[in-house]
Amino acid sequence: MFPGRRRLLIQLGRTGLAALTLASGLVPRLARAVEARPAFTAAGITDALKALGIANPAQSEAIHFRAPDIAENGAAVPVEVESALPGTREILLLVEKNPHVMSASFSFPDGTDAYVATRVKVAESSLIHAVIRTDAGAFYNAKLVKVTLGGCGG
Amino acid sequence: MSDPMRIRAVVKGEKVEVKILIAHAMETGQRKDAEGTVVPARYITKISASCNGREVLAADWGPSVSKNPYLSFRFKGGAKGDKLKITWTDTAGDSRSDEVSIA
Repeated sequence: MFPGRRRLLIQLGRTGLAALTLASGLVPRLARAVEARPAFTAAGITDALKALGIANPAQSEAIHFRAPDIAENGAAVPVEVESALPGTREILLLVEKNPHVMSASFSFPDGTDAYVATRVKVAESSLIHAVIRTDAGAFYNAKLVKVTLGGCGG
Repeated sequence: MSDPMRIRAVVKGEKVEVKILIAHAMETGQRKDAEGTVVPARYITKISASCNGREVLAADWGPSVSKNPYLSFRFKGGAKGDKLKITWTDTAGDSRSDEVSIA
């Protein structure tokens, strides 16, 4: 993202917000910063993982990652992750080329399968990473998803 | 107020399989409306599931979870008739809970 463009976007956002707040009187609610979680504001995978206390996860084929090779619509790309790694506590989904890479994290209490299926937005063709936090450290697997129509418009 | 979630929870062998559809725009804050005004960010940040009061899943979401989110997971220790409750909270502080009986 170019700094100039970001400033412009922020400015546009502020103008819009100002108009909306004036119109609706919802000042305190909208003035609040929307995102305070560092992992979700990080721009790159390394930074996002660092914010979660994870460094250099090892690739593992025990993480089964299903996503389409080509997604027609980047706004809703189905992903399914299942971890056969013992002691899996958490599954994190990160989309490498999205403006903010961190998409979601799921944590599993005892008795819940290390499995999740959901749909994510993918802005452009990108590797999607599934990072698994286990009792014995962090692991990952990744899959390339090609997108024919970007996902950040809707 | 938001629309109710659609929740399906079915016993399959020794596990309960859960599928959830949530009605939520999941606005990223990067989309523009027809007039070119940026639509403010508003998305679900937290979602959790509990079975008869015992937490079976907790998740943190960002804006890149798709609009009208879909979520599926499986857990042990649930039986037919048990209550499964799903709760989400979004960036505007709105939240919603819905409950179903496991089938």
